[in-house]
Amino acid sequence: MSERKVLQGNIIVAKAAISAGCNFFAGYPITPSSEVAQYLSKEFPQMGRDFIQMEDEISALGACIGASLSGKKVLTATSGPGFSLMQEHLGFAVMAEIPLVIVNVMRGGPSTGIPTKPSQADMMQTRWGTHGDHPIIVLYPAFSDEIFSETIRAFNLSEKFWNPVILLLDEVIAKAHEDIEIPEKKDINIYKEKVNVIKDLNIYDRNIGENPPRVDFFKGYPIHIDGLEHDSHGWPTSDPVIADKMQNLRMQKIYHYQDEIIKFNEYHMEDAEIMVFAFGVSARAALNAVKEARDEGIKVGLFQPLTIWPFPKKALQERFKKIKKILTVEMNMGQIKYEIERVSPDDVKKKTLLRANGIPFTPKEIVNSIREFTK
Amino acid sequence: MNKYEKYIRYQTFPTPWCPGCGDGIVLKSIAMAFSDLDIDPNDIIVVAGIGCSGRMPTFFNTNTLHTTHGRALTFATGVKLSRPDKLVVVISGDGDALAIGGNHLIHAARRNIGIKMILINNGVYGMTGGQVSPLTPQKFVTETTPYGNIEPKFHPAELLIAARATFVARETVNRTIQLKEVIKKSFQHKGFSVVEAISNCHINLGRKNNMKNPVKMAKWIAERTVTKAQFEKMTPAERDHKYPVGILQENTDRYEYSELYHKHIVTAAKESAKKNKKK
Ligand SMILES: Cc1ncc(C[n+]2csc(CCOP(=O)(O)OP(=O)(O)O)c2C)c(N)n1
Ligand code: SF4
Ligand SMILES: [Mg+2]
Repeated sequence: MSERKVLQGNIIVAKAAISAGCNFFAGYPITPSSEVAQYLSKEFPQMGRDFIQMEDEISALGACIGASLSGKKVLTATSGPGFSLMQEHLGFAVMAEIPLVIVNVMRGGPSTGIPTKPSQADMMQTRWGTHGDHPIIVLYPAFSDEIFSETIRAFNLSEKFWNPVILLLDEVIAKAHEDIEIPEKKDINIYKEKVNVIKDLNIYDRNIGENPPRVDFFKGYPIHIDGLEHDSHGWPTSDPVIADKMQNLRMQKIYHYQDEIIKFNEYHMEDAEIMVFAFGVSARAALNAVKEARDEGIKVGLFQPLTIWPFPKKALQERFKKIKKILTVEMNMGQIKYEIERVSPDDVKKKTLLRANGIPFTPKEIVNSIREFTK
Repeated sequence: MNKYEKYIRYQTFPTPWCPGCGDGIVLKSIAMAFSDLDIDPNDIIVVAGIGCSGRMPTFFNTNTLHTTHGRALTFATGVKLSRPDKLVVVISGDGDALAIGGNHLIHAARRNIGIKMILINNGVYGMTGGQVSPLTPQKFVTETTPYGNIEPKFHPAELLIAARATFVARETVNRTIQLKEVIKKSFQHKGFSVVEAISNCHINLGRKNNMKNPVKMAKWIAERTVTKAQFEKMTPAERDHKYPVGILQENTDRYEYSELYHKHIVTAAKESAKKNKKK
């Protein structure tokens, strides 16, 4: 039986992680994400799973990587300042192709910023925060049931593609208690590796576009894992031909499968002449705004991306064939708007509604913006 | 083939080390310790950070993990907690362990997590070309202390003991048999252990300080090596220039962290869950 409950957003993440089979958490307390750690510190030991509070976020992600390589399904949760500290090991996880899930409950920044107020200003940091070219998957739920399903999906994608996955949450959504229907176990789809496929030391040996196999320590093969550029054995190299191949292997494993990774919701888009592009808490206000504007006879729809990176370029370009106006709503000084500019043709009119002071948009503000856009 | 060579990954040779570097001696000592204890290579993982010393895992035919500068202990903590049954060895340089990674070292010692650390102290940042490290002796010339080092070095054992480490030892690359034996002892210790191996970087430290070949550096190290008993009789001023060797701290009373977690916390949590269900 599915279960109806009133739960805090952070607790929904923790419950979904348990359902996904997550069995290792390492973290460092930070508002507004601490409830994820607190809940798991109580639940995990009861299930014989591992929980550890580390000395900082760098070590938290380091411990997660060590555990992931030892066969665990791992999670950490943090917010702005902690997420900044995690960039070093996020890069390691991309380089060495380690599955793990990082929850970043965004708060006002930069620096210590406004710890208790929402913000959507880490959008570009999630894409380019760590140094070097790297592929990344970033998911961003807006509604309580999506928090559950996207957490499950984050684990599935990380396991399938051997890449870290970042789950973004808004401070208000993470902290609010909301109604949710927790699905039944049989209705939760968990990605299962077919078999443990290590058959020799050539652990990174595959063709461009192919999924990497699962590699764990202690499976009878003396494997090597390295943050240095490496050959198919994982052994360090600076050979330009091999480096070129490895860079492409890592990038393409995500871009080759982007249709499978990219997910979004559309509301009232059938005959829309204006598209509102909004995510997280801004999408919730935008949905109400779209309904109100529709009542006034304005043909407007909402495009709510659940996958932020890779960016839903193809889907948007399809919509731009008919829709010639896009309103981007984001709680920052303008980040995703540049991505919209990059993917949209010149004949599409672009408007933005931006704010970075910790106060979420109201539907009324968005309706006003939509009205202006009709002129 | 010698017995210990089963633990060496010859496919990844040559090593990047300069001829005569102490890192090779440490590599062999660790492999011989594995061999003497006859541990299955599949039950061993060697983890390291970044540095000349950090390159060492590549050359062990066991599970190996080359991580980030100063943070090998954090990865190793995740491994040990996940697989308490495995021998988790961390190799670290003096800069790696005591500058950038100092905080992780304190907390690994405090937790008493069963990681076996080998701290290779060559008193300098070898890999990056010879800059000052927290363990460079005072007055030494390095790439970033061209007028002589004004910062005092410190004795890692004192820091570790203050952080409640349960096994701390020190040896030098001159004393290969003792080095191997103390590494073996540390592998048999249940909690966190650190074996500091005083080593030579004649290329990036020796050269600038009138010790440009490994023999000169070996002599310099030998002149500074004293037993723990000799050391204890010295005045603080005399101590500053000496390296006491042997086991400096051994305490078997405390539980190892992952054992404590799995025995104590997991049991307590399960009992509490049962009680709550009855209510
Ligand atoms: C975050 C970061 N900062 C700086 C470096 C550059 N770096 C590489 S090794 C090293 C110091 C190595 O010294 P030590 O730990 O004593 O090892 P050794 O080479 O002497 O064995 C530094 C500063 C790095 N790799 N990563
Ligand atoms: S630079 Fe120094 S520490 Fe590095 S390999 Fe050469 S001698 Fe050894
Ligand atoms: Mg050094």
